[in-house]
Amino acid sequence: MTTFVCRRWFQFCSRQYNRTSNKLYKETLRSVSTKPSIPHVCIVGSGPAGFYTAQQLLKHHKTVHVDIYDKLPVPFGLVRFGVAPDHPEVKNCINQFTKTAKNDRFAFIGNVTVGKDITVKKLKKSYDAIIMCYGADDDRILGIPGENLHGVLSARSFVGWYNGLPEDRNLDVNLNCDTAVVIGHGNVAIDVCRILLTPVSILKRTDITQHSLEVLENSQIKRVYMVGRRGPLQVAFTIKEIREMTKLPGCRSVLDPHLFKNLSEQVSGLPRPRKRLTELMIKTALDTPSEAEVDAEWRVKFLRSPIEIIPSNDGKQVAGIKLRVNRLEGTGESAKAIPTDEVEEIPCGMVLRSIGYKSIPIDDSVPFDNNQGIIPNIGGRVTGMKGIYCSGWVRRGPTGVILSTMSDGFEIGKLVADDLNSADIDISNETVKGKDKVLDDLDKDGVVPVMFADWERIDELEKTRGVSIGKPREKFTTVEDMLEAAFD
Amino acid sequence: MALKTSVQQLMRVSRIVADVFMERGICLKCSQIRTIKIPNINYTSKRWFKVSAGPFRHGDYEWQDPKSEEDVVNITYIDRSNKRINVKGKVGDNVMYLAHRHNIEIEGACEASLACSTCHVIVHDDYYDKLPEPDESEDDMLDMAPLLTSTSRLGCQIILTKELDGLEVSLPKVTRNFYVDGHVPQPH
Repeated sequence: MTTFVCRRWFQFCSRQYNRTSNKLYKETLRSVSTKPSIPHVCIVGSGPAGFYTAQQLLKHHKTVHVDIYDKLPVPFGLVRFGVAPDHPEVKNCINQFTKTAKNDRFAFIGNVTVGKDITVKKLKKSYDAIIMCYGADDDRILGIPGENLHGVLSARSFVGWYNGLPEDRNLDVNLNCDTAVVIGHGNVAIDVCRILLTPVSILKRTDITQHSLEVLENSQIKRVYMVGRRGPLQVAFTIKEIREMTKLPGCRSVLDPHLFKNLSEQVSGLPRPRKRLTELMIKTALDTPSEAEVDAEWRVKFLRSPIEIIPSNDGKQVAGIKLRVNRLEGTGESAKAIPTDEVEEIPCGMVLRSIGYKSIPIDDSVPFDNNQGIIPNIGGRVTGMKGIYCSGWVRRGPTGVILSTMSDGFEIGKLVADDLNSADIDISNETVKGKDKVLDDLDKDGVVPVMFADWERIDELEKTRGVSIGKPREKFTTVEDMLEAAFD
Repeated sequence: MALKTSVQQLMRVSRIVADVFMERGICLKCSQIRTIKIPNINYTSKRWFKVSAGPFRHGDYEWQDPKSEEDVVNITYIDRSNKRINVKGKVGDNVMYLAHRHNIEIEGACEASLACSTCHVIVHDDYYDKLPEPDESEDDMLDMAPLLTSTSRLGCQIILTKELDGLEVSLPKVTRNFYVDGHVPQPH
């Protein structure tokens, strides 16, 4: 038999059902034993760090309940808001995360900002352990004159803008200039260059947000510089990303040939990843460019540090960037950039800084190391705090591909499971535990939590929106739209 | 007789009304438009919503047993604790998905689309050369794998053939000693 009811009615019923069943369950537990021994763990942040940690925790502990909180109504963090739209295969890990989310001992609680809607102290009363997985929400700044000019953007916001991050939705991106300069030699820097240089005909088949697609469609940018302070042997980007650049349709990659002429001899002794990466750069730099007409150019500049962003005549806009030429002292990964007297200028209308992310403190009760931009910890256990852990970027610093975060998540997941199993965490305290009390409190404060089933409705609607315009998905880009999709 | 007909008529009409409501998507409880379909509400099951086909769309082939002895390809996985796990695979099996079937801890974050290196395995020397050469994109991904060796491959790119019978692959032993006090965690 099939019953037809509207969403509101259904939600009402299920909430009622959940409440009574939870109550019954708790009462049964209490009558059976005075010490409910099911541990409850809370994870802050639903990106790869949060989900991989949860996955491993659920695997290594047979009764633990894990609740993941996220400040946004949608899960998956940087997999959704960081991974470039033209890299859909990287997002396949969402399938694995969804599998974790379907576990009966797991709950996703979105649209709740820990530290604002609920304090860590309060959470600690409801949970035996808390794992901080909230990543790196801020970016490092250059600290040079002119950084506040119109046209200087952080790559982090630019990525958030084209990926539909609500806070970056209204970023003022002006592509009415022919040259952009990206500062940084990492994978985020390459992502940004690639999005600026990829033909829109390719981008419009991805899940890139429609508002950014419209801006990119009218882009006048013909040349993108990618500037790094050290040499070719110190770059932080990886080979897949640069290979993509060399194969980008209608775009020529230009690397200073004189830097690469004598590099071949040094290559043989390098570890394999660095060796293959350098060989590809040498090949790209020294090969005679094909005669084919190109619309755009990607120029990689080495040994340059930005010292000033030059304003336009009216003093408001970016008109160029002043770079100090460096030389290297030492070799290999630890080589240092030493400034020389030589300075050069690149005229440009846009500057994107991509010199790294950094984490921010969540609230006063959790220690924070401002120098390193991480939560101080010993092997994942937050220094001086029992039952509080950290994992992912907020623990190690914002570097590495998804794999590194996965290894970290697995390590911490297992560590917390071990601590729960041993006597390291006392799970026998009598207070009511888990999300119910927290959800009740949030309800009183007027916070509307978004559960995983609600997200699945958002997900469905986004996919449907995409179909009509030939995209795999059209994301909702405001929290209001997300909530409406979830509950209406 | 007349009564029976009128009852029948009434039932038919009410069924039509119900059908119209359902088709238009009107809530039978509060007459609101926009409904969702709930297949047979079962309060013992938590899966009220229709769950679409499981997250793994790939890897189904590996769940089929070999049809004949000729099809069998024996493979040994050596896990992170050095335990040897012998598995009877078959021609055409993908080493990563086959491992998933047998609960061997190989990840596969990108689902065999060459966008990660989470299924990195180290192939025994005797078999490495029997494998077809890795292509450029596999090598690019391997470059990001920790503990890369000269016989490293991505598990998702190894497809079993009869020639590979007896294949041995080890999982890289990624361990970081994070107990500063030298404590060794005990297995449970």
